[in-house]
Amino acid sequence: MIRFDSVTKRYPDGTVAVDELDLTAPSGKITVLVGPSGCGKTTSLRMINRMIEPTSGTIWLDDEDTAKIATHELRRKIGYVIQHAGLFPHRTIVDNIATVPYLLGWDKKKARSRSLELMERVGLPPHFAKRYPAQLSGGQQQRVGVARALAADPPVMLMDEPFSAVDPVVRDQLQAEFLRLQEEIGKTIVFVTHDIDEAIKLGDQVAVLRVGGHLAQLATPAELLTRPVDAFVAGFVGRDRGYRALGFSSAGTISTHQEQTAALGAPTPYGAENGPWILVVDEKQIPQGWLDLDGVKPGENVITDGMLYRGGTLATQGGTLRAALDAALSSPSGRGVVVDDAGALLGSITASEVLALIEGREREPQP
Amino acid sequence: MTVLASSSSSSPLQFWGYFMDHRSEDLGWLWDHTWLSVLPVVIGLLIALPLGWLARRYRWVYPPMMSITGLLYTIPSIALFVLIPPIFGLGALDPKQVPIALTIYSVALLVRVVADGLASVSDETIQAATAIGYKPVGRLFRVELPIAVPVITAGLRVALVANVSIVAVAGTIGMSNLGQLFTQGFQQSTPDAYYPPIVLGIVLCVLLALVLDLSVQALNRLLTPWRRAVRT
Repeated sequence: MIRFDSVTKRYPDGTVAVDELDLTAPSGKITVLVGPSGCGKTTSLRMINRMIEPTSGTIWLDDEDTAKIATHELRRKIGYVIQHAGLFPHRTIVDNIATVPYLLGWDKKKARSRSLELMERVGLPPHFAKRYPAQLSGGQQQRVGVARALAADPPVMLMDEPFSAVDPVVRDQLQAEFLRLQEEIGKTIVFVTHDIDEAIKLGDQVAVLRVGGHLAQLATPAELLTRPVDAFVAGFVGRDRGYRALGFSSAGTISTHQEQTAALGAPTPYGAENGPWILVVDEKQIPQGWLDLDGVKPGENVITDGMLYRGGTLATQGGTLRAALDAALSSPSGRGVVVDDAGALLGSITASEVLALIEGREREPQP
Repeated sequence: MTVLASSSSSSPLQFWGYFMDHRSEDLGWLWDHTWLSVLPVVIGLLIALPLGWLARRYRWVYPPMMSITGLLYTIPSIALFVLIPPIFGLGALDPKQVPIALTIYSVALLVRVVADGLASVSDETIQAATAIGYKPVGRLFRVELPIAVPVITAGLRVALVANVSIVAVAGTIGMSNLGQLFTQGFQQSTPDAYYPPIVLGIVLCVLLALVLDLSVQALNRLLTPWRRAVRT
């Protein structure tokens, strides 16, 4: 657990970066600090490992006052991940990851085997071990950065916009893997971002800070979307709050309609039960896309990849109402495709049926 | 060779014959020239490291330090050779005066090189090293200096080659090095020009500079395998 106890950071020129901050980051949870630039989120983060010293107030690491721990010892107990990863360009990947174990005096063999274990954990192939950071892509470097932070198994991790500098596709992937990793390791994490969507996606709790270092609201992502405390938080959380909040509501077990399918590579069928669109699946019953029968000659050609409409999203059984609604809205046939955990087709659901589910769920009492 | 010898014994191309005739003396000068060029750079680097670190650590130190070291470099070498004995309490022709002068030049050149080399380390790397728990000294020797090696070795190459040329000037005031060949050339050029020792001096200086330069490049390659690593 990390606890800020009326922590203030005032610079010599009088600027107040953080003002009387009280905040607790519970053990084993991800606490996200989010806010516009100048809100003091990065300053707050860096005060935890004393890269920046607070002007007043106390930051507790469990029951220890961080001001009373020698800085280098404090920092070796806290993993740190930054934007662009900040890897050491002159060291191989395996040695980058083993930096803290080396500093702690582990023997070389143990440090390296730990390092290789972490490479596997963050999804880096073992033959990367002897490469240098310049030989890796930005996303791969960031994985190394996460592995390096975890090397000595610190109870606490600080992450300063770690996924901001990679492209959106890689970012989504890194975020998903990060959540999966956190499920396994259960670290106490403080995560800084300026991106509210990232905060909502990753946080167990989200602290929204306003300029001048004031805590505007500390809440779970769902609470933040449904009950922002004031106009600033509402504005910062942004549009489509109702729709995004559906991302935190389980759709339960969806009862689906059976969906007629055609196989990829089979001749185009002579018509479908429900209008011109027919769902095309592969041999494992994994949906590939929709085929518009009005646009093809029946029975003449076989169904190929190029003929398919792939714009529809898929809802997974047991997933969220948001995914179910989006599957229905994005499907050209109006029938949202529902799949099981393995990705195989279960059936379909329409938008009005999802809306009925939304209407029918237990409403949280509104204040 | 016979063709060359028959044309004129004072032909510039006779330098090889001149070298063979005075081999032991010339090799002695070459050896003296070598250590006079190298040793001041080594000592200069050891002095420049803390000064360069200071100029990087305390930004206000950088401008005055660069002005002072820049001015040191503008003192003509011959004047510095003459000035050093009284300042350091040496005799008028003490063998230590040349290495001392060259050390001053090397420091002047390398302080900037060290400061700029340390500045070439990215802020993210420094921040990560600090946040990971390096103490300042460990960070300097394990992270910052290794990354600064390419910039520092580039400066070492300049300093070494410059020293090879300045050492020769010291030969003209009687110090033992390849500069003596130029003195000999002038002395033997009466009444007619006599080139072989002068050309020999130039050739040996250039060869020495080349060998030293290649050595530093080899050292750089040895210390920075990560620079050759390219994306695969």
